[in-house]
Amino acid sequence: MGTFIQLVVDGLSTGSIYAALALAIVLVNQSTGLINFAQGAMAVFSAYIAYVFVGWGVPTILAILISLIISFVIGAVVERLLIRRFEGGDPDTAVVVTIGLLTLFTGICGWLWGYNNRQFPSLFPLDTINVFGAVISVRSLGTIAVLVAIMLLLQLLFIGTKLGLALRAVSFNPTSAALSGLPVGRLLMVGWGLAAALGAVAGALVAPQLTLTPTMMDTALVYALAAVIIGGLNSPIGAVVAAWGIGVLENLGAVYVPFIGHDLKIAVPFIILFVVLLLRPQGLFGRKVVVRV
Amino acid sequence: MTLLELEDVTASYGNVQVLDGVSLSVPENGAVGILGANGAGKTTTLRAISGTVRTTGRITFEGRDIRGLRPEQVAKLGIAHVPEGRGTLGQLTVRENLRVGAYLRKDRKAIAADLDYLLELFPQLRQRISSSASALSGGEQQMLAVGRAVMAKPRLLLLDEASLGLAPSTAKAVYEAVQRLRKDSGIAMLVVEQNANLAFTVVDSATVLETGRNVLTGSSAELKGMDEIRRAYLGG
Repeated sequence: MGTFIQLVVDGLSTGSIYAALALAIVLVNQSTGLINFAQGAMAVFSAYIAYVFVGWGVPTILAILISLIISFVIGAVVERLLIRRFEGGDPDTAVVVTIGLLTLFTGICGWLWGYNNRQFPSLFPLDTINVFGAVISVRSLGTIAVLVAIMLLLQLLFIGTKLGLALRAVSFNPTSAALSGLPVGRLLMVGWGLAAALGAVAGALVAPQLTLTPTMMDTALVYALAAVIIGGLNSPIGAVVAAWGIGVLENLGAVYVPFIGHDLKIAVPFIILFVVLLLRPQGLFGRKVVVRV
Repeated sequence: MTLLELEDVTASYGNVQVLDGVSLSVPENGAVGILGANGAGKTTTLRAISGTVRTTGRITFEGRDIRGLRPEQVAKLGIAHVPEGRGTLGQLTVRENLRVGAYLRKDRKAIAADLDYLLELFPQLRQRISSSASALSGGEQQMLAVGRAVMAKPRLLLLDEASLGLAPSTAKAVYEAVQRLRKDSGIAMLVVEQNANLAFTVVDSATVLETGRNVLTGSSAELKGMDEIRRAYLGG
């Protein structure tokens, strides 16, 4: 029982990191209809920014907050200078542009900081606590708590504020939203900025566990994309639940299903993905688009 | 006093020219109709005003040149466009759609009062206030589209084919509400309508477009009396 609880909590913790990245992907997809394949690479860049500030003696939490703000600006600038040119055009072109961005950001990180692993300080102490005989790390609990806090904040933003309402209106129909005076361009920049800041959180959570390298997020991106598709592209809650599910099932599978083991556990999300798409092509929580005439 | 004036406006989508010199003017507190067959350029005329299509010529609002402004800048000046196809935000609730309409306003009390007025004007919307807009019937969506535009407290309302796809009795109800809106608030209106009978319940004068240019302009009474208008647009 102890092992089981431990595996579940650790699974939820890794799942939370995928979830933060998945939420960023959903946010961009909701506002611009694109899948941003560079979301992970941008998150790595954000982690390096925090790393630089930590190197200058800034406390970890403050360094991460500074990197969040810088990431917001980078996200907004990328939208304004690059993505804006491809909006409303062929979506395939725009997707290829984001793949180019993925290579670009990874390259910039490697060029500035090299490809060697670097130690990134953890936000949480390395202590463990005992719950029902299970040894649970404070870091796992902290990671889960951060994600829950992010979800609540996002919910508050989107449901409770005028800015959130405007972001949703623009994501649904930019042309029509503009007729009510909504500054569509600026709102899209905000959407990309928020996504980049979310990615920065994911980067700061994953970096202490994997150590910082330019390609640190590549695997997480794959998991996050799986979560986004399982949960439904237009459902933030769905993406989080799916990411948690992936994290937990992956951990359980590795231990309890002998032929999977630790070597094959990366296959778990794709087996889930395969089954979900067979049974529910719009994703677990996704809404089928129904138009009433 | 003239509120809106178009002089020799042309517009095209790619290589296809849709407007070929349209002129019209809407007086302060006035209501003007644009009549014409499919493809005559009625919708494009409204889009030219709200800045959603490229144009040449002169478009002035309150004496100010507004041609070439972006849609959100035009909205800011006090022009609200109820687009063809209604443009309601389907995933948002009715209340949220109306709040989006009031996006540019800061006067909370007046917004609440206008919301009350609207829900009284369109009682169906009050019952559906928390359902998502995509779940509304066509008539309710059209009412919501008008309501969203009115929530901006515009000086000029551009209304595009509000009767499209509606049962005759529903279309009539929408136009009755628009009529009352005009009486209560004095908003100036530019009304595009294929069903001239409905348009004449609201407008004082109208212009008839054919292949992107005006062929006839006159008061409602004059136009209603003309044989060719009766034959082409009034069904007898």
